Amino acid sequence: MTKVNVYVTLRESVVDPQGIATTDALKNMGFAEVTSVRIGKLIELEIDETTTDIDARVKEMCDKLLINKVIEDYRYEIEEA
Amino acid sequence: MKFAILVFPGSSCDVDMHHAINEVLGEKADYVWHTEANLEDFDAVIIPSGSSYGDYLRPGALAKGSPAVESLISFVESKKPVLGVGNGFQILTELHLLPGAFLQNKELLFKSGNAKLKVENADSIFTSEYDEGQEITIPFAQAYGNYYVDKTTLAELNENGQITFTYKDENDNGSTEKIAGVLNEYGNVLGILPLPERAIEELIGGTDGLPLFKSILKRWNENNVNQS
Repeated sequence: MTKVNVYVTLRESVVDPQGIATTDALKNMGFAEVTSVRIGKLIELEIDETTTDIDARVKEMCDKLLINKVIEDYRYEIEEA
Repeated sequence: MKFAILVFPGSSCDVDMHHAINEVLGEKADYVWHTEANLEDFDAVIIPSGSSYGDYLRPGALAKGSPAVESLISFVESKKPVLGVGNGFQILTELHLLPGAFLQNKELLFKSGNAKLKVENADSIFTSEYDEGQEITIPFAQAYGNYYVDKTTLAELNENGQITFTYKDENDNGSTEKIAGVLNEYGNVLGILPLPERAIEELIGGTDGLPLFKSILKRWNENNVNQS
């Protein structure tokens, strides 16, 4: 089994209301040093280790379903067994 | 005129839509389950609102894996009218059949009520029974109602007259340019976030949604006269 972590973030041009609300909450709690929070998500994939060209397959999964390029960016890392 | 109401697991406004077409508009609407692969016999397709696939991953995203999608794309290519309401609009953006994408409401809350909309373009398959600039009241109910398009796309939408409805009040959820409804470039696909099928009888508080359905029917009648 090969594990792939896909990190999804909102594109820079997209306002993140959750991030803004969280920034305010952190400041209210005394973390005045925080200037920005952006919230994304982590998608953990488990892939059959016999799969050839995992990179291409993961990119295709991201492009076709896992991320929406209009609002999101992504990067991924493959965990070596 | 035959309408298909394309139903996904989690669609919940399909019954309202069925009532609007069959009982109020007086035309024929059939439910089409998302595993059906044939839409050819229909004159129009409506994707109703609700929370398809529980809004998992992103609202509308998982519908991309449904068998009906291929025939939906062919239907759009055949230039017949496709209307996506609420979650149906979100599905159409996820399929890139309409521009833009949806984010969580800027208030981070589910919101519902009556939205005041302005008809920006009364020269489309879906809006010819409205007047340009007309103010209408349409109910809305959404958590992911924050419509986003980038600046380049926005300029194209303005240039092509693809923006059909905008919010006249504070119910825009943070949407770019207060957009509530957009057409595709060709003009045969409309997405509208508020729910016109909930404004079709005085009994339920207004009829401002009815002209949208009458517009679709009018264009279909005109086309049929031309062909015969």
